[in-house]
Amino acid sequence: MDITGRKLFVRALLEEGVDTIFGYPGGMVTDVMDELYKQDEIRLVLPRHEQALIHEAEGYAKATGKVGVCLVTSGPGATNTITGLADAHYDNIPLVCFTGQVPLSLIGNDAFQEVDIVGMTRSITKYGVTVRDRKDLGKIIKMAFHIARTGKPGPVLIDLPKDIQTQSGDGRYPDTVNIRGYKPNEGVHVGQLKKAYKLLKAAHRPLILAGGGVLLGRAQKELQEFVEKMKVPVVTTIMGKGAIPAKHPYYIGNSGMHGRYAANIAVSECDVLFSIGTRFNDRITGDLNEFAPNAKIVHIDIDTAAISRNVVVDVPIVADAKLALEKLNEWAEPKNTKGWLEQIRVWDQENPLEMRRDRGMTPQMILEAINAEFDACVITTDVGQHQMWATQYLEFGGEKQFITSGGLGTMGFGFPAALGAKIGRPDLPVICITGDGGFQMNMQEMATAITEDAPVIICLFNNQYLGMVRQMQQLFYGKRYEATCLRRRRTCPANCKGKSEACPPYLPDFMQFAKAYGAHGIRVEREEEIAAALKEARAHADAPTVIEFMISSDELVLPMVQGGTPMSKMILK
Amino acid sequence: MKNRWIALYVENQVGVLAKVSGLFSGKSYNLQSLTVGTTEDETVSRMTICVASDDITFEQIKKQLNRMVEVIKVIDLTNVPLHMKEILFAKVLHCSTAEKEEVFQIAQVFDVQVADIGKDGVLLECKLTERRNNELIVLLKSRFKQIEVVRGGAVAIESISTSCR
Repeated sequence: MDITGRKLFVRALLEEGVDTIFGYPGGMVTDVMDELYKQDEIRLVLPRHEQALIHEAEGYAKATGKVGVCLVTSGPGATNTITGLADAHYDNIPLVCFTGQVPLSLIGNDAFQEVDIVGMTRSITKYGVTVRDRKDLGKIIKMAFHIARTGKPGPVLIDLPKDIQTQSGDGRYPDTVNIRGYKPNEGVHVGQLKKAYKLLKAAHRPLILAGGGVLLGRAQKELQEFVEKMKVPVVTTIMGKGAIPAKHPYYIGNSGMHGRYAANIAVSECDVLFSIGTRFNDRITGDLNEFAPNAKIVHIDIDTAAISRNVVVDVPIVADAKLALEKLNEWAEPKNTKGWLEQIRVWDQENPLEMRRDRGMTPQMILEAINAEFDACVITTDVGQHQMWATQYLEFGGEKQFITSGGLGTMGFGFPAALGAKIGRPDLPVICITGDGGFQMNMQEMATAITEDAPVIICLFNNQYLGMVRQMQQLFYGKRYEATCLRRRRTCPANCKGKSEACPPYLPDFMQFAKAYGAHGIRVEREEEIAAALKEARAHADAPTVIEFMISSDELVLPMVQGGTPMSKMILK
Repeated sequence: MKNRWIALYVENQVGVLAKVSGLFSGKSYNLQSLTVGTTEDETVSRMTICVASDDITFEQIKKQLNRMVEVIKVIDLTNVPLHMKEILFAKVLHCSTAEKEEVFQIAQVFDVQVADIGKDGVLLECKLTERRNNELIVLLKSRFKQIEVVRGGAVAIESISTSCR
């Protein structure tokens, strides 16, 4: 039987098992919105800005493992999602984003709220298409969900002209889809894998580098089994955090720009680097010529294009992390790595990851208190210093999940991502670790948090600066704090070199902000207050809690490797 | 850096050309020429692409093309026997009768057709290899006051038993 496009839209979502979508209305999606009104199986979450909307869908997708679905109108509604599309593309988050579009007959006329959103997002989506014929609608939606969730996941954009929504046509939604140009890799090349295994087996100083691909492939258990069978130490990337439990005896820590000293030295000194699901981006490698200079490199990745792009590898293997590790576990035998593990332990003792304890409340103290307070939970971050501290000091693995904007580095991501996670996993505590800069980029979402009943805990690290850039200015730019002081006003001297008594007051007052929305606010200034604040926030089930931690402006993220220099050359103090 | 060739089968859909060409600009790959047309199957287009790159970048280009949903097949033509031709129109302007004579001689040597002629101009229609077309342009430029050219970029197809590139 023929039905309208808008009816087929809802039918398709139901067939795909969608129970929640993140939508913001507008002229060109009013028809499908009207159709959503008539049903109550799909929950529509109404954010307060489309950028936050798509970050919410990302958080939801990451926390639940389902595809995040967005629905926005044409023009500005669509362009506001661009940052989130790029973010999801970079971090491989499965999304299907529907954008309204002016009727087909008006496309190209500079109609009101018309933009070529497919053209604009071509390089930041896995696939994007305008529906030009009502008969293709079902097939296109089917394709979109298939492409978004298979292979290396990613965002797919479907541009829906208004007349496609209202036209009648085939009411069936296809069960299967066959795309001749899209065949995600499903097997493992056993020969290559054997070669890699032999290399690892023969190594004297073997090291596993686990990236986000281990988590995307849900291969944590298999990785742990492999590590324990082989007795090989592991470092992770930021996106790989949680691939192995933080307290695991073979886990060293994060490698990379703000990685643990012992982890980066181990990468530089290992003779076989066995990497799984990482793209070797510049934050992991530093100076490419000096990266793992003594090592033969094995690289397992589901994406052929990720292999031998940045780092030339000795054994490339295109495979899903889980399948590859399952196969490896059939062969794995213990190695004698005692001396090597001991050496790594010595490096770690030489320069442990630790902040000074004689200067009042530090980020380390706050993050350790979070470790102690929460077991099963989801933690999101924004981008900047607090994010790097979170990657250094938070302990993940098991039921503790970490969601961060690792590739694109999107400020404003943390709070909406936390809301999406809470909407998807209301059973878990969801904590957003954010800075005073990033939080202000999407703090209008406090309304969404209240209206959608998403009582997240916001741990706001307030150092009154855009701290990560301030850190660079402090270390490499002669303390010329251009545009990073959030207290700065027009009355301030032009060549300010840091805080003084004469500085204008900070704004906004986050406690009053929380109050304005009916949320809770707790300001914490001393170490002794941290644990109680977390407990209190946890007890608030009715509304979000903003815990504002007043931290020192001078605190640095250390160790640090300056961009483009070797990983072994860390700034430690 | 050397020139390499790819035959690319893609879905014959709106935006695919933009996506493929966008990859080259977005990732700073050095695109030398790109031609596209439909194939015996009207749902499929075939592109002939020439890029200048080193080995590692070329491998990456092929992988990046392959991961596009709209790309059906990537064939590396760099080292395979094939037939490759490029269409070129070359108009020689403001020439005297003697100069026209010379254009005819050149046409004969290069084995190209005279497609049009007027009081003081000659139009050559050339279907040569790219290199031969380059040589013809250089020659015409050096011999005559003004020329006007338009060229289509090379198209290539794998050989059956002979080859020409």
